[in-house]
Amino acid sequence: MPKIKLAEKTINIVKEICAKYDNNEGELINVLHNVQAKLGYLPAEVQELIAKELNSSVAKVYGVVTFYSFFTMTPMGEFPISICMGTACYVRGAEQVLDEFKRQLKLEIGKTTEDGKFSISCLRCVGACGLAPVVMVGEKVYGRVSPQQVRKIIAEYQDGCPSS
Amino acid sequence: MADYKMHIMVCGGSGCRASESDKLTQNLDTALQKNGLEEDVQVVTTGCFGFCEKGPVVKILPDNTFYTQVTPEDAEKIVEEHIIKGRQIKHLLYEDPNAKELIPDSKHMDFYKKQVRLALRNCGFINPENIDEYIARDGYAAIGKCLSEMTPEAVIEEIKESGLRGRGGGGFPTGLKWDITRKSEADQKYVVCNADEGDPGAFMDRSILEGDPHTIIEAMAICGYCIGADKGLVYIRAEYPLAIERLKIALDQAREYGLLGEDILGTGFNFDIELKYGAGAFVCGEETALIHSMEGLRGEPTFKPPFPSVSGYNEKPTNVNNVETFANIPVIINKGAGFFSQIGTGSSKGTKVFALAGKINNVGLIEVPMGTTLREVIFDIGGGIKDGKKFKAVQTGGPSGGCLTEAHLDTPIDFDNLIKVGSMMGSGGMIVMDEDDCMVAVAKFYLEFTLDESCGKCSPCRVGNKRLYEILDKITQGKGTKEDLDKLRLLGNVVKDTSLCGLGQTSPNPILSTLDNFYDEYLAHVEDSKCVAGQCKALMQYKIIPDACSGCTLCFRNCPVGAISGERKSPHFIDQSICIKCGVCYEKCKFDAIEIV
Ligand SMILES: Cc1cc2nc3c(=O)[nH]c(=O)nc-3n(C[C@H](O)[C@H](O)[C@H](O)COP(=O)(O)O)c2cc1C
Ligand code: SF4
Ligand code: FES
Repeated sequence: MPKIKLAEKTINIVKEICAKYDNNEGELINVLHNVQAKLGYLPAEVQELIAKELNSSVAKVYGVVTFYSFFTMTPMGEFPISICMGTACYVRGAEQVLDEFKRQLKLEIGKTTEDGKFSISCLRCVGACGLAPVVMVGEKVYGRVSPQQVRKIIAEYQDGCPSS
Repeated sequence: MADYKMHIMVCGGSGCRASESDKLTQNLDTALQKNGLEEDVQVVTTGCFGFCEKGPVVKILPDNTFYTQVTPEDAEKIVEEHIIKGRQIKHLLYEDPNAKELIPDSKHMDFYKKQVRLALRNCGFINPENIDEYIARDGYAAIGKCLSEMTPEAVIEEIKESGLRGRGGGGFPTGLKWDITRKSEADQKYVVCNADEGDPGAFMDRSILEGDPHTIIEAMAICGYCIGADKGLVYIRAEYPLAIERLKIALDQAREYGLLGEDILGTGFNFDIELKYGAGAFVCGEETALIHSMEGLRGEPTFKPPFPSVSGYNEKPTNVNNVETFANIPVIINKGAGFFSQIGTGSSKGTKVFALAGKINNVGLIEVPMGTTLREVIFDIGGGIKDGKKFKAVQTGGPSGGCLTEAHLDTPIDFDNLIKVGSMMGSGGMIVMDEDDCMVAVAKFYLEFTLDESCGKCSPCRVGNKRLYEILDKITQGKGTKEDLDKLRLLGNVVKDTSLCGLGQTSPNPILSTLDNFYDEYLAHVEDSKCVAGQCKALMQYKIIPDACSGCTLCFRNCPVGAISGERKSPHFIDQSICIKCGVCYEKCKFDAIEIV
């Protein structure tokens, strides 16, 4: 990966968050949550900075980032699509829905479309099992999704944001 | 709930929120104002009612009318018809699928009749964002009683006597755990609530936190009093934003009321609670991994002993309990150990909350006395199998558990019985499967999950599960042999016996239990290349029976990939090279002209 130079603003955001947790190494996971919430992802350069701020090693920060599936080192799409692969959704056909998203967007799990619009990921149970199978696009939850509805859901976001 | 004449209770759990229950609440408020009723009728956003299948759910008090699948557009009608004219709205009532009659109120629903709600006692009854409503239902009475009337030893004795066992999966006696932690000497101790809820398809803990957060706060404080800790930590999944928000609100309110912080209720007892967030790793539900994760490290388990109750968070004695375990504590203190221990079976007292899901009519959250049979849960409460299909299996215990069959339906559910029949209680996920579910594919699904979630620290789990997965994959591709089945069993047992933590020690259970209970299905895969359930795609083809096809073009129009061709009114044809085997044509065809071969 080519190295990116962090903008002054980004550096300040990260430093502020670290300071909020007293630059305490034990708060690493909370720091990562906060930084990812602000920046959308955790590129290597940001991890280096966090390691420095918390007086920790880059190896440790990287080790933690890669251990937990919630943290990502690549930016997600503008409309991140998450397909629930929890058991309840699985037995009600989530796999077919996932296949259909992959096919329509010509995307693999964890990847983002070239225009940066969509990314696909799987998650395990959002707790709306009554609506299985469940798909989330950003914060919006779609319940009882069938493979046939996939095209419609994508179309909602194709030309910018949906009306609601 | 002082002066209001009526209450409209709207479910604000994650499931119902996903179907716009928050918009419904707004619309109800607007409609009430429009009719000048805002002083007489209160709209209350509650926690989960449990009847998630038919959400959003609305209950009207005092008459208990129970409306299901209510949309925001129904708000005006509810106010104008029900509230003002006192007429129930027929089309929103729940129809009993068997008797085919409308059920006027929740008391008459089979779904609720056999339930006993202890841990869920407040879910659906109170606004979780209002501490006064919790207090009005005996909230914080238990901590008051403990601090003013009972010694820590007496409280522990009460818990021991109640027979409460941990609800997080292990079933360890809670009173004993508290006792051990109490007796560990240290300058600092911790109370930890395990709200990681990793079992996919289970949502008991989330619902309790969303619907009744104060009960957890109260119970943790009681635990702190007993073991001698002034600090509590809740380790909660970051995927549960609503539960986190409600817990934060509850913590602030409890502090404001002097129920958390310094000198609680003027007794000199100090206790406060901090939140720690998970980051999507199933293994972090294991208590040693959870503790490492709270310390900001990779969530890898470590060898026990030392147990957390001796050396846990920051190497101090730490008492880890599950959310549901805690939710039972105030009940035991308020109503006595005797009340609690009279419910349940010999070795398992009280109730258990289950998240019912899968191919069942009433997906939702239920709480039943220990000893209730699987049949009662699935058929009486759960309303039986969806679309009139045939029951095939029920999976309990999540990725650590096993699949049970028809033959086990009359087993009374408790910790020991479930282990005896080859599964386990786990945290309470209960997934029902029907004839269309392939048991080999189900085992593979769980294994894929464990494989993903294995922390990789020890090789039996890291490598062994991978090999198990590869064998299962081979079988579902129709390339397996009979020897593979023996290999699965052998390797499965090795992984069980040699893994470091509970994840690896239980990960082969879904395979071993399906091998035991559905051996024929495995055989059919390896000997006849047949998947009886028609789920293993590599082993099947959709074909149109020319004689039965009327050429209605329905399949042609519905196929998502354009694999079907043919002229109107003449038999159609599926191009196997394009077909993705989604099964839409099969479902849509009105003439049974499509077969799976
Ligand atoms: C792989 C694995 C995952 C676990 N996940 C959870 C979980 O999600 N929630 C939970 O409360 N306990 C979980 N446990 C059990 C905990 O290790 C621990 O036994 C429990 O939190 C103790 O609380 P209890 O005695 O109240 O049940 C898990 C154990 C293992 C081995
Ligand atoms: S059994 Fe699996 S999850 Fe547990 S420590 Fe070993 S590798 Fe990690
Ligand atoms: S399994 Fe998909 S929401 Fe629970």
